Amino acid sequence: MMLGQSIKMAFESVRSNKLRSFLTMLGIIIGVMALVVLVSLVNGATGSITDQVTALGSDLINVVVKDDKGRPIRTEDLVSLMAPEEIREVSPAGSVSVPAKVGSSEITATVYGVTPAYYNIQGQTLEDGRYLKTADVANRTYAAVLSHDAAEQLFDEADPIGKTVTIDGRGFEVVGLLEKTDNMLQSMMSGYAIFIPATVELRMAKHPYITQLCFSATGSTDAAEKAVNTLLLDRFQQDDDAFSIINMSSIASAMDEINGTLSLLLGSIAAISLLVGGIGIMNIMLVSVTERTREIGIRKAIGAGYRSIMSQFLIEALLLSLCGCFIGLVLSGGILAVATSIADNIVFKMEAGVVLVSVGFSTFIGLIFGLYPANKAARKNAIEALRYEG
Amino acid sequence: MTARPVIEMRDISRVYHVGGEEVRALDHASLTIREGEFVAIIGPSGSGKSTMMNIIGCLDSADSGEYLLDGQHIEKYSNEELAKIRNRKIGFVFQSFNLLSKMTALENVALPLVYQGVSGSERKRRAMEALERVGLADRAKHKPSELSGGQQQRVAVARALAGSPSLILADEPTGNLDSKTGADIMNLFCDLHKSGKTIVLITHSEAVAAQAERRICILDGHVEDRSDGKGGISAKEADIV
Repeated sequence: MMLGQSIKMAFESVRSNKLRSFLTMLGIIIGVMALVVLVSLVNGATGSITDQVTALGSDLINVVVKDDKGRPIRTEDLVSLMAPEEIREVSPAGSVSVPAKVGSSEITATVYGVTPAYYNIQGQTLEDGRYLKTADVANRTYAAVLSHDAAEQLFDEADPIGKTVTIDGRGFEVVGLLEKTDNMLQSMMSGYAIFIPATVELRMAKHPYITQLCFSATGSTDAAEKAVNTLLLDRFQQDDDAFSIINMSSIASAMDEINGTLSLLLGSIAAISLLVGGIGIMNIMLVSVTERTREIGIRKAIGAGYRSIMSQFLIEALLLSLCGCFIGLVLSGGILAVATSIADNIVFKMEAGVVLVSVGFSTFIGLIFGLYPANKAARKNAIEALRYEG
Repeated sequence: MTARPVIEMRDISRVYHVGGEEVRALDHASLTIREGEFVAIIGPSGSGKSTMMNIIGCLDSADSGEYLLDGQHIEKYSNEELAKIRNRKIGFVFQSFNLLSKMTALENVALPLVYQGVSGSERKRRAMEALERVGLADRAKHKPSELSGGQQQRVAVARALAGSPSLILADEPTGNLDSKTGADIMNLFCDLHKSGKTIVLITHSEAVAAQAERRICILDGHVEDRSDGKGGISAKEADIV
């Protein structure tokens, strides 16, 4: 009947005691900020990691052979591994850690033995020169493609194409240079990567057989994974312990799950701080009810019923918690903007879901913790309230 | 011609229990107040006049007896309904003004209309009208703290008038005022009486009571009418106990 008027009165009462209202809201402000900022940070960070995992190739299937059961995989066998139509390409992916040297600069490089297919499977991009060719693999050419990081360490600013790099004591001609990757995860995992023909790497590793492979899928990664699994089971006497398959999309979904759990956990902790904020509101509302006993008496004498007084104080509590929520959201937006500008790679943004949850929870808290004080106010005896000398 | 009764009380008793002791604030009190009357209820402190005012004002209900306000039996109502009756039928004027300090004079006067559910613009219009009636239209935007005692009490009277109640119930309205402003307020009540309002004034002062048309005395919870017969009301009709 007079909701508008009640809201106006609540606004005036909140405004007339600014400092107290602010301090009361502070609990909710901090609670909402904790909720929104923590959940958004987790979402942003894990979202970014998931993106990077996906960027590594969500259609990428890695295989490690642990026991070849007397039927090791040789480079000649690669063609037969591509037989199933679910598999697009396959490449060896074995690596050795060896010293790489140019003049006086030396690094410990991770040297991958690959075939040309590796370029597409891993989604690599060339900055300069050429990639390894089938002929390089067949002829065991001492040719190398450098990752941007490795080139930077070895050649500094100089153009590495056509120069020689000494890897594990042998001279290799640098034929290509990869683009700098902004994928933190990729550069973390691959280190100073150098790519050479698989045949050369196998010899260097003193290990003539391929034990690490990567596949890309034609269509669905899951179907390709199944095909690879069947293929390898056939080869290795149906022993599924002989090899292991790592599917990038399953890593991504595991990340998502971790993200969900973490958000829930942090959200719950933040919810507790919101709850504490709610107790603060109740506390100050109780004080306010006592202070305004006479006002309540006057209003009752003039004709305010139980419901009018109840709604007046309830709306006031609700207003405090929702104002707090709003301020909290605005501040959270600011914090996330700052966090985004600090972490240049990751965009932290407030998701509608988190905003909705915090508004909903603040409303709930305002109502629950406003109910008792409002009821106390509305039940006051008018005669005694009028006599009250505060 | 006898006017319609606004207040009819029959055998009203109200008993308080203070420290295990029974205090009969009102003891089988009966009285009738008719429309358009200006009645002073007079009695020393502790006589039961505050209890009388609370019961008349529907702030309290009697333990026994019958009370009809505007022909309505009051004892049957819930608190919520009593609030509604107070809102529509009674305009209170208190000794200590009891204005809400954070509101302007106009907002204070409009407050009963808020609880009547009157729309904003209509509320403003009627509140302004009431303020004009007490001669304070130019103080509408002032807060109570910016007004003198007499002005505050006028605002309170305007507030009592705003809801167009059947009855104006004033509890020692001049008690906190100096004699000159007190006299001004009394004149205001006399004017309102002349315009047809029913006014019940509760006081301990003979001088104030003398200005009313009729006097009812309360002593130890008993009611005694001292009507001088003015206004066509006989002693019998005044229900002497």
